[in-house]
Amino acid sequence: MVSVAKTQPEELSESMGAQERDASRSRWGRVFSYGVMVAIVVAVLLPLVPIFIWAFAGRWFYPDLLPEQLSLRAWQYVLSPASKALDAARVGGTIALVATVLSLVVGIPAGRALALYKFRGRQLVQFLILAPVIVPSLAVLMGIHIAFIRFGLAGTATGVTIAHLIGTTPYVVMVMSSVFSNYNPEFEEQARTLGAGPVRTFLHICFPMILPGVVVAGMFAFIISWGQYIVTLLISGGRVITVPLLLVNFASATDKPVTAALCLVFLIPSILIIIVTSKYLTGEEAALGGFGK
Amino acid sequence: MSRLREHLNLFLMLAPALAVVLVLFMGGLVMGVAQSLGYMPMIGKTDVTLNAYVHILTDENFLRSLALTCWIGFTSSILSTILAIVAALVLRQNLLGTRLTTFIFQLNIPVPHIVGAIGVIFLFSQSGLISRVTHLLGWTQAPADFPVVVWDDWGIGIILEYLWKTTAFTGVILLAVLRSIGEDYEDVARTLGASAWQRLRHVIIPLIMPGILRSSILVFAFTFGSFEVPFLLGKRFPRALPVLSYEYYHDVDLGFRQEAMAISVIIAVLITAIVLVYMKLSETYVRSD
Repeated sequence: MVSVAKTQPEELSESMGAQERDASRSRWGRVFSYGVMVAIVVAVLLPLVPIFIWAFAGRWFYPDLLPEQLSLRAWQYVLSPASKALDAARVGGTIALVATVLSLVVGIPAGRALALYKFRGRQLVQFLILAPVIVPSLAVLMGIHIAFIRFGLAGTATGVTIAHLIGTTPYVVMVMSSVFSNYNPEFEEQARTLGAGPVRTFLHICFPMILPGVVVAGMFAFIISWGQYIVTLLISGGRVITVPLLLVNFASATDKPVTAALCLVFLIPSILIIIVTSKYLTGEEAALGGFGK
Repeated sequence: MSRLREHLNLFLMLAPALAVVLVLFMGGLVMGVAQSLGYMPMIGKTDVTLNAYVHILTDENFLRSLALTCWIGFTSSILSTILAIVAALVLRQNLLGTRLTTFIFQLNIPVPHIVGAIGVIFLFSQSGLISRVTHLLGWTQAPADFPVVVWDDWGIGIILEYLWKTTAFTGVILLAVLRSIGEDYEDVARTLGASAWQRLRHVIIPLIMPGILRSSILVFAFTFGSFEVPFLLGKRFPRALPVLSYEYYHDVDLGFRQEAMAISVIIAVLITAIVLVYMKLSETYVRSD
């Protein structure tokens, strides 16, 4: 801003000229823009392409660009009990579902408090709740692992679920506090003056208004828990097998078709969240927008 | 509503979330620090020593890993921030195709890093898809001719995966910030005769600087401390710090546990320190501009 403000008055008369220059340059600007857009589309989709091909590939040797033959072998294996993939999906899905519900129960009120109330220590609370997003979790996990061993939680799905809350809760609070910052609590007062109790007020006034935000927050929480690798591995000691654990095992064992097929199984919740949030993704607002403010 | 009642309400709303953070996160951190100092009352060790830290800080394995991890963190966060600024500036325009491209740009945000890492292996390994394309074009004759970018010395595969995932994350944040700012400031600058470069340098960049700083530090913290990607795409030596820490933790020699804890505490302390310094610096920067 500073140097713009210093622009000499006589240069103002040239602003038309500057605009024409902009117009002539904007052709190059447009070429550049389309170049960047093509690069974005290619870069985002490129790593996913070989995963989709490998999942249905039979024989596919170097240097062939496409498989010699297609095959459903990987899928037959992944869907058979031998691979334990369905078990892993069931276990991981249950853990993620419970972690989601718990972090919503804990996170919705906290998000509301942070968005609607001004109080001393608000920044500290905000900082504390966001700390798990920033500080790498390894030290924390190794610390609670010992306590979990003591309480018999290590190696159990319950212990893994509790540990997942460290990752999911901050996101739920973050999303819900941005939802509540656009929320008008006066509607609740009206309901209260009309005689509704706190529970009815929440169910009939607050909940319907925040529901879209709750859905987004819940899906984020689910996907975070569903995707946790190191947390699950460390706390369960490999005794609770979820999809990412299985996937990393197969990736190291270099069976590419099975790895790729498992990747696609692993991606199912991600695909669902893209479908549900797609209206946010093209629209003017983004679910992550609150981060930058 | 009385004041007391309001305070009680506030407390009840915040208490469950704070309990999760304080008990699990802070509690875990404290226990991790205690154990890195050798305080493990459960196995009867209550002497507090700095042995593990002294051991670690004089260990070449650790120092090489630290250097690699810093390199990965800085390179990924700086490059992804630059790419994200360019992408956000292009995508905020109202051109044919920007809406669709914006949609595609965000597609990989919910995709787990493990999938990205496997995609990088399938693409960039020496017999991967890109190597097959360069063979077709006659640039390489055999897999060995293709440069080693996965499981390589410089962590290029790791950085590529981080760029793939984090550029979208930062870009989406910057796009939202740019849209909330609108184009009024730029229009004023334009009428005052500012060129496109001047508008970018002196109007747009300062306005989105808070968003740039915050998202880039989040990316740095993530790329510095996360495990899966360097585990899947990194070399055996040197390993990224989180991978080294995990391997020490699972060493058959239980004596290594304390060192593993010390490494993970160093990771957490370094990140916290860098974030705090960065936030302080960014505050002064943002205020002075």
